[in-house]
Amino acid sequence: MNNSLLIVILASAIFYGTPLLFAALGGVFTERSGVLNLGVEGMMLIGGVSGAWASQHIGGSAWFTVFASILVAMFAGGLTALLHAFLCVTLKANQTVAGLSITIFAGALGLSSYFANVWKVAAHPVTRPIRKLDVLGLADAPVVGPLLFNHTILTYVSWVLVAASSFYLFRTKTGLQLRAVGESPQTADAMGINVVKYRYFHTVLGGMLAGIGGAFYSLAIVSTWVDGLTKGAGWIAIALVIFGFWRPDLTLVGAYLFGALQSLGTTLKARSFHISGDLLDALPFIMTIVVLVLVSSRFAHKRLGAPAALGVPYEREER
Amino acid sequence: MTNTIAVQMSGVVKRFPGVVANDGVEFELRRGEVHALLGENGAGKSTLSNILTGLYRPDEGTIELNGAPVSFSSPRDALNAGIGMVHQHFRLVETFSVAENVVLGNPDTAFLLDTAAINERVKELAARYDMAVDPEARIWQLSVGEQQRVEILKVLYRGAQVLILDEPTAVLTPIEADALFRTLRAMTAEGRTVIFISHKLDEVMAVSDRITVLRGGRTVGTVDTSTTNKRDLASMMVGRNVEFTRVQRKTPAQANDVVLHVENLGAHDDRGRDALHGITLTVGRGEIVGIAGVAGNGQRELAEVIAGMRHTTTGSVSVEGKILQSGKARAAIAGGVAHVPEDRLHTGLAAGHSVEDNLALKSYRSSLLSRFGLLRRQAMRDGATELVERYDVKTPSTQTAVRLLSGGNVQKVLLAREFSTGPKVLIAASPTRGLDVGAIESVRERLVEAADGGLGVLLISEDLDEIMSLADRIAVMYEGRIVAVIPADKADRETIGLLMGGSQLEATS
Repeated sequence: MNNSLLIVILASAIFYGTPLLFAALGGVFTERSGVLNLGVEGMMLIGGVSGAWASQHIGGSAWFTVFASILVAMFAGGLTALLHAFLCVTLKANQTVAGLSITIFAGALGLSSYFANVWKVAAHPVTRPIRKLDVLGLADAPVVGPLLFNHTILTYVSWVLVAASSFYLFRTKTGLQLRAVGESPQTADAMGINVVKYRYFHTVLGGMLAGIGGAFYSLAIVSTWVDGLTKGAGWIAIALVIFGFWRPDLTLVGAYLFGALQSLGTTLKARSFHISGDLLDALPFIMTIVVLVLVSSRFAHKRLGAPAALGVPYEREER
Repeated sequence: MTNTIAVQMSGVVKRFPGVVANDGVEFELRRGEVHALLGENGAGKSTLSNILTGLYRPDEGTIELNGAPVSFSSPRDALNAGIGMVHQHFRLVETFSVAENVVLGNPDTAFLLDTAAINERVKELAARYDMAVDPEARIWQLSVGEQQRVEILKVLYRGAQVLILDEPTAVLTPIEADALFRTLRAMTAEGRTVIFISHKLDEVMAVSDRITVLRGGRTVGTVDTSTTNKRDLASMMVGRNVEFTRVQRKTPAQANDVVLHVENLGAHDDRGRDALHGITLTVGRGEIVGIAGVAGNGQRELAEVIAGMRHTTTGSVSVEGKILQSGKARAAIAGGVAHVPEDRLHTGLAAGHSVEDNLALKSYRSSLLSRFGLLRRQAMRDGATELVERYDVKTPSTQTAVRLLSGGNVQKVLLAREFSTGPKVLIAASPTRGLDVGAIESVRERLVEAADGGLGVLLISEDLDEIMSLADRIAVMYEGRIVAVIPADKADRETIGLLMGGSQLEATS
């Protein structure tokens, strides 16, 4: 029963959707503060290569290595995002250009590959990957086993994170102020909220989560480093933020939908379906384009709840 | 009680690159009073209030709050000290509820939001000051008057003792303004103090206890409202006497010789909802027809439809009997429609471009200014120089970017361009909004002059005084309909005010 095509696809949708979910949740925070982050792909790759490096060099118990590599990936992603925040918030650069530069600078042909070369990350496979757990010994239980009890620790963390993010955004004072900063920084500033601090903090937080997403590729999905490992997952994550209407719960739904599309190729090939692999691999990106076209109309922006000040640098009115 | 000093500002100087916005301002505020701050645009009112609310730091001078010197480095400092500002452009988060906006940024709000308790507290506060507003409503659902109440609630919730209101009535109907005045009285009765920034003499006389007049960044004087009058205030404000009479026309209007005919006009607003419902209206040769109404009742849509910037859903627009093609600005221009849009720097002109380029924007296709698709720069420059001179535009050169000019000169450039095409009809939307008294006078003179020369003018304005002093007939718009057309000499403020507020039955019965 657990081998039925539907269960396998659903389980792998969660698996492949996990890094998307992390990166997209980061995007929700960043965009809610009014900063557009097109550098997600770059931040994921930096996180991925740093996580892989850490995993190869940090000793101790297997659990400690995993934990430490995730921390290193978060730190690296956060550092990259700090650069983005500096460009966008302090220097008030065009956020689209700043984000694209970060992806180009850190991406497949940039810093992440350079680090991989210098640190010789690609030379060895990751020997201590993030493994799927057998929670409460229920991994083989019919239906619920593969869906709920047989995931990596990061998947469970992401579920907690979705709930916590929703609570933070909509039930706490800080969340209310964060949304105010993204909607109307003038108002927030007039009410004594530190716009710069909020934007820096949530941009860096977004980068840290993107870093985890990247590490999930190098430590769980592929378990080794390949240049350009995330293959555009960062772009899907950016689309997911919009697809999820800037809400953590809907972002989860979107992430698993795209996760299913991403896993479809592998799953179907394993079952010797005769479908062009290239076409299947292209599916998530075709969907991304469709989603972006659908939601980027003026109507959508008004109705979907995009933060009104998204992508607009904040300047106090001075003469 | 009323004689204790709440705020004392002495010798306040604030310089900006190239401008001294405050040049030794003296300002004294007594507790429990409504103190009007009166002055033209650029007199330094906004700078002074921005200093008091901590947005700017003064270069010189001192501020004392309840006798103790204070120095604010941010709006938060001022708020914590009990000084709150109600901005002219509301500082509200549109997608938030009323209560969420009120508690935003308040240090006393608990980390976990208790929505029900917050709603209850906001409701009580609103009731205490006689303000009708639903704490759970989203800001975008509210009328402008209601949004202003939220702004006031916000500063009251913060416990402000001194409230600064920047041109609060600019966006209100007369009835809403009266309600605001009652709220202000309720606040001063509790010992709170109100600074009321305005350039409207009537309301300053109606609402304030004392008045401080600023001119050119200096204090002209502070007077008791009971011992002064409008004429004195006006001369303090502009430094000369200003006439408050109906404009005398050289050539009488010929309402029967129709130049602009609007028939059963309907149109959508930007969100696709019906904004105009069967508007029928005529403007005669040499006639000024004023459209009175609170902003957002379809005036902008009406102007845009006539100017060919918006499609009609029903009806037609014709100039001298010829029907204009709907939604074609070029057809409207060719038909003789000139348009002074309300947002002159965005819709009216290309702000970053030079005066001469802007002046040529409507006529660059003529063989005078271009040949074979190439511009004739010398001809453009000569034409611009002539127009700049004729319309008295104060600009360093014709190559100066329009956005660098003052508001009055921007409007002169726009008028010069519109008149230069030899129009038959002029649609002027809030042509004097945001201008200082001198510029207002000169723009009004131009309009009257043009009407004397046979132009039909449709004057859309929220300034009732302006319409009453210029128009031959007054049409009142409410919710996309013309609810009444009244000859100007038979019109009175009360009736029009009521019609603008939608109380048609009371007004006519």
